[in-house]
Amino acid sequence: MTDPILSVRDLAIAYRTGRKESVTAVSGVDLDLYEGQSLALVGESGCGKTTLGLGLLRLLPGLGEITSGSLTYRRKDGTRADLLKMKKEQLRRFRWGEAAMVFQGAMNAFNPVIKIGDHFADTLRDHAENGKRWTKAAVEARAGELLETVRLDPDRVLQSYPHELSGGMKQRALIALAIALDPQVLVLDEPTTALDLLTQRSIVQQLHELRKKFGFTMVFITHDLGLAAELADRVATMYAGRIIETGSARDIFYTPKHPYTAGLINAVMPVKGERPALESIPGYPPSLKAMPDGCAFNPRCAFATEECKRERVPLELLAERPLAMGHSVACVHHDQVRLQRKQKENANV
Amino acid sequence: MSDAPLLRLRALEQVFDTKKGPVAAVGGVDLEVKAGKVLCLVGESGCGKTTTARAAAGITRPTAGAVEFRGKSLTDMTPGEKTAYRRAVQYIHQDPYAALNPTRTVASTLTAGLKRHGLVKNRTEARAKAAELLTLVDLTPPESYLDSYPHQLSGGQRQRVNVARSLAMNPELLICDESTSMLDVSIRVSLLNTLGRLRDDLDVGFLFITHDLAVAKYFAWDGEIAVMYLGKVVEHGPTPEVIGNPQHPYTKALIGAVCEPDPDLARANRSSEQLRSAEIPSLTDLPAGCAFHPRCPAFEPGVCDSTEPALEGTGAAGGRRRVACHIVARDQRRESVQHAQSRDDRTLVLDPNKSPGAAWSA
Repeated sequence: MTDPILSVRDLAIAYRTGRKESVTAVSGVDLDLYEGQSLALVGESGCGKTTLGLGLLRLLPGLGEITSGSLTYRRKDGTRADLLKMKKEQLRRFRWGEAAMVFQGAMNAFNPVIKIGDHFADTLRDHAENGKRWTKAAVEARAGELLETVRLDPDRVLQSYPHELSGGMKQRALIALAIALDPQVLVLDEPTTALDLLTQRSIVQQLHELRKKFGFTMVFITHDLGLAAELADRVATMYAGRIIETGSARDIFYTPKHPYTAGLINAVMPVKGERPALESIPGYPPSLKAMPDGCAFNPRCAFATEECKRERVPLELLAERPLAMGHSVACVHHDQVRLQRKQKENANV
Repeated sequence: MSDAPLLRLRALEQVFDTKKGPVAAVGGVDLEVKAGKVLCLVGESGCGKTTTARAAAGITRPTAGAVEFRGKSLTDMTPGEKTAYRRAVQYIHQDPYAALNPTRTVASTLTAGLKRHGLVKNRTEARAKAAELLTLVDLTPPESYLDSYPHQLSGGQRQRVNVARSLAMNPELLICDESTSMLDVSIRVSLLNTLGRLRDDLDVGFLFITHDLAVAKYFAWDGEIAVMYLGKVVEHGPTPEVIGNPQHPYTKALIGAVCEPDPDLARANRSSEQLRSAEIPSLTDLPAGCAFHPRCPAFEPGVCDSTEPALEGTGAAGGRRRVACHIVARDQRRESVQHAQSRDDRTLVLDPNKSPGAAWSA
């Protein structure tokens, strides 16, 4: 199908900081997500990636609110749903059944005094469609099936309290729980952060397998560019609350066009191959309360000119490809940006 | 400069008593750090990296074995020597947010140690020294940071203040416990570059702890890496060797598990070898024999689960390469026998009079 499963237009999210004050954490976000795609939102701390991820499901904490824009989903039955116009009850039905979220920090996402099995039972019963009865046996069958797909032993895990499981097991159980109602879209916030290397690898492999099996569309938020390279079809780089570049994973990693994206890629340390001399991006990200005029990256950018200090350019499409796999960048000097080292050469070794 | 190690850990053991019985967090570690060199400890959580570092810093007293600084065991030091040791060895913590006192300004944090150890005469001098330290860690101009409180700084800036504080004592050894893991990529590289400059210019030795192999490779390229698993070192050697040609199945698994920032490479890597189990055994109930055997893809019954492998030299890299694995050791022996035999054959051809047994003893 050619129309996107999720369309975001000009989305802005702000956090109230006082009676009449607020800071804008995300602004001007346009995003189209197509069925079966996996999109990575990458960026450094404070760039707004988690805020955007939460915003996609209207799950913002108390002080956060969507101040403008639109969020349109295509439901399983093909109808369109405007998330911003939904009432509380509609929203509750929409979440988990149509789009689900795996929160950051698997350690704390479960209720510590409720067994894993009861988490499944609660979820399935609470979101049951049109009076469907979830008996104990039905819950166990469904939960068991889900846990087995993430290679956990249902007999043990369903009877366990969260603290009885290791971090990796909790993360896998959490992913299984998130897909319990067969959502079309799964948003994962830092799915492998705080897990050990070998556990990270098994989560990555499981996500590959789950996507193959269930075919859900995936948005994941990460600061780990390695994870993005591993899991994403498409990558969107965020800086100071805006998406500044988006493209296929190969676009972003081999031919980044925004100086910030190139800077990030240049700063990532590879484990295989030679040890390259790496360069950091000078300076620090701006505070949300004191955004520079023009392009937010201009104070740290080697290419910045007077023009960059005056105005900010929108995302410009460089290469159009089907299914929104086009490469877009928000930088006037994009034709000057080059990676320092050629990653392509490493890739072929 | 002498080649004697700055820090030597001799058969270091740290056993904690818990309700579930004794936990050997570190079970016999022998390692050395030389001046101006980096020793990187890598491994997963719970492998004993931090416990080793804390013992090396004199924060905990090891239950067996010894920590020696410049050839002298910590337990034999006079109070004066102990003070000198405490000054010479500085610790940089993982969490830059928790490591600074929120009620002290940067200047106050930086000068506290200087005053305590009598390294400055008066306040003006202390402030000048603090400014100098900030310049050293690239927080310039120092005037704009001296009177800041930690909450006014970003994570990267705070970690630089931590580094500056440790440098105030003119340390000979810095112990960095995951000091860069909470920082963003771009900030991490610049802090590592700063630390690298200190190592090269001031000849500071580093005991550098990280779970991130890429960071270990980047920072310890001219130094050494020791891979720890459940309280023991399983592989140790020069960084390029360990990363480029890992021998121990655990090291191989770790390197294979890294997500490389390269989509094509990641795609090619997808079919990498699987471990037999994803779960780390508990320290209170360690498996018999090699602690890695329940997860090891090279596991051989009867060999790996009977006796514990020793950390033995492999003969590579001038004897600086050590691996604790029965299978690697056996292959090594076979190889050297084959090598000796092939040498034997050659000797026979070249010099038929020479005894063929000679090469065996070589």
